[in-house]
Amino acid sequence: MSDKVVSMPSEERFQARIDAEEKIEPKDWMPEKYRQNLIRQISQHAHSEVIGEQPEGNWITRAPSLERKAILLAKVQDEAGHGLYLYAAAETLGITREELIERLHTGASKYASIFNYPSLTWADVGAIGWLVDSAAIVNQVSLQNTSYGPYARAMVRICKEESFHQRQGYNIMMTLMQGNEQQRGMAQDALNRWWWPSLMMFGPHDGESAHSAQSMKWKIKRRSNDDLRQQYVDQAVQQALAIGLEVPDPDLVWNESRGHYDFGEIDWAEFERVINGNGPCNRQRLAHHVKAHEEGAWVREAMAAYDAKRGKPTVDVA
Amino acid sequence: MSEQSKLYEVFVRSRRGLDHKHVGSLHADDPEQALEYARDVYTRRGEGVSLWVVAAGDITASQESDCDSFYDPLDDKPYRHAAMYDLPEGIDSL
Amino acid sequence: MTANDSLLTYCLRLGDDALILGHRLSEWTSRAPFLEEDIALTNVALDFIGRARLFYQYAAELQGGDATEDTFAYTRDVRDFTNLLICELPRGDFAFTIARQFLFDSYALLFMEQLKASKDPRLAAIGAKAEKESTYHVRRGREWMLRLGGGTEESHAKLQRAVDDLWGYTDEIFEVDTVTAGLIADGVAVDPTLLREEWHAAVSRVMAEADLSQPSPGWSVEGGRRGIHTDDLGFLLAELQFMQRAYPGLQW
Repeated sequence: MSDKVVSMPSEERFQARIDAEEKIEPKDWMPEKYRQNLIRQISQHAHSEVIGEQPEGNWITRAPSLERKAILLAKVQDEAGHGLYLYAAAETLGITREELIERLHTGASKYASIFNYPSLTWADVGAIGWLVDSAAIVNQVSLQNTSYGPYARAMVRICKEESFHQRQGYNIMMTLMQGNEQQRGMAQDALNRWWWPSLMMFGPHDGESAHSAQSMKWKIKRRSNDDLRQQYVDQAVQQALAIGLEVPDPDLVWNESRGHYDFGEIDWAEFERVINGNGPCNRQRLAHHVKAHEEGAWVREAMAAYDAKRGKPTVDVA
Repeated sequence: MSEQSKLYEVFVRSRRGLDHKHVGSLHADDPEQALEYARDVYTRRGEGVSLWVVAAGDITASQESDCDSFYDPLDDKPYRHAAMYDLPEGIDSL
Repeated sequence: MTANDSLLTYCLRLGDDALILGHRLSEWTSRAPFLEEDIALTNVALDFIGRARLFYQYAAELQGGDATEDTFAYTRDVRDFTNLLICELPRGDFAFTIARQFLFDSYALLFMEQLKASKDPRLAAIGAKAEKESTYHVRRGREWMLRLGGGTEESHAKLQRAVDDLWGYTDEIFEVDTVTAGLIADGVAVDPTLLREEWHAAVSRVMAEADLSQPSPGWSVEGGRRGIHTDDLGFLLAELQFMQRAYPGLQW
């Protein structure tokens, strides 16, 4: 005869699952803090994709060739799609699309502060695709192993599409660097403005992040901010040098014993400023989204009304 | 999205002979619109020959607490798996 | 005009229609009423930009020299563009975009079905590809017409106004001139006059379903094929062509 096994308290069973690298799925029991942590992280990721449509989207009507126009349209469209996959993942945790959008509009939810910088020249489109998407990939590859199933699967899907993004951005920079003096200057200027913000994408040093420790314990987050940032720097510096660009960091130097690049300290004051609403474009980015949403309200209402009407017969059958 | 918009789960069959796989979800007001959006969102890279969209509310899902009675009795019958049976050496056609 | 000149002109007309309309659609990216529709509209924009590129690439070969697709898109001024006026009108609100797209797509589907049979194999190939795209465009367009027409009083009013504002631009679609007359006779170009009745029937059917009244004929604007455009095209081109005008002769 088998002994009856006393079931473990939910919290312990949950952590055991996490420790065993098992995925948590939507209907599973989970600590409320895990759920809230995930909603926060996934929704901010989603908002970033959607707000991220804007800086590059601003160049669709000005793309300098038909091929670049088509590529840029496809790329920005992918960002919208990524936002959608992520909203879908967040919605599995018991929050609605309306609530998610509301939180973005009120500022309760943040988005990646990198998108609060303006895209001033065509070279910015290249810099954003190359640097911002590269940084995103480094983060997202790591998240493919995040503990929450729907989030992990969304990451896998996103990663498949993302490598085209960074390549087309790098290709733009490469083409500019093979161009005339104006074009080379444009590319260097864009790198000068986007380099440090791209490093800030990885967030504060881990010791200073409020959410880091718990996120790591629950395997929502798999690698530390500094680890990911180092990986990104090593890759991006190499890519910059390969096309003749100079990285705007006087402290950048290859460290043979570490096998990595040493780099300068981020201006954390700027990071705080931008993430708290005082970056160059914060107001514009949010206003753009609010406007599109408000102007589209009548369309959404029309859809609902039409759908409701179709449920009812138009003629009384005697 | 509109107040009434519904959540639809999307399934894609990427090639003939394969199963439909769950790829994610989206919002739409009716099945036809859901199908078109699924096409626009999930098959831009030629990932599909067939799409299914199902209103999320129409899906009945097993609960985690069901696992014991739902799945365990199916998992304790190793004689259903070929690996349980030893074969004489040299026989690899079975 | 030689036969080759006519063919070049014809290709540019079709390329211009597609580019200008595709550009207007692309203005919706990040501005659509919700995310799924943002993606859907961008898909249609991409179809049109792709269509433009095919026509322009053929035109570049016909013109010869060092002409490329970008030569036509980026270095011609307003008076040399030959798109239909209906394509260049500003995107307006969502109802205007849907109505304009539906009226144009309903025609494009019929047109491409015929272009498929062109004696010119290049045009025929483009027609075959575009027909598939337009089939989808009409399908989704029709649904939006019904949804907005049969939705709320507000959506119905906006859609009716859009149709009223667009109707007078549709006559131009079915014009034939000396350029096309010859090509039609040669079996290369499509005769739009033969499509008018079917177009009107298809569009009327959907408008009736959407409870929209048909504007009474009375006003009609044309001139696109002759380079006589609305004021809007100049602004559109200023934006589209800025980079190549500010930095001429470079690779991007």
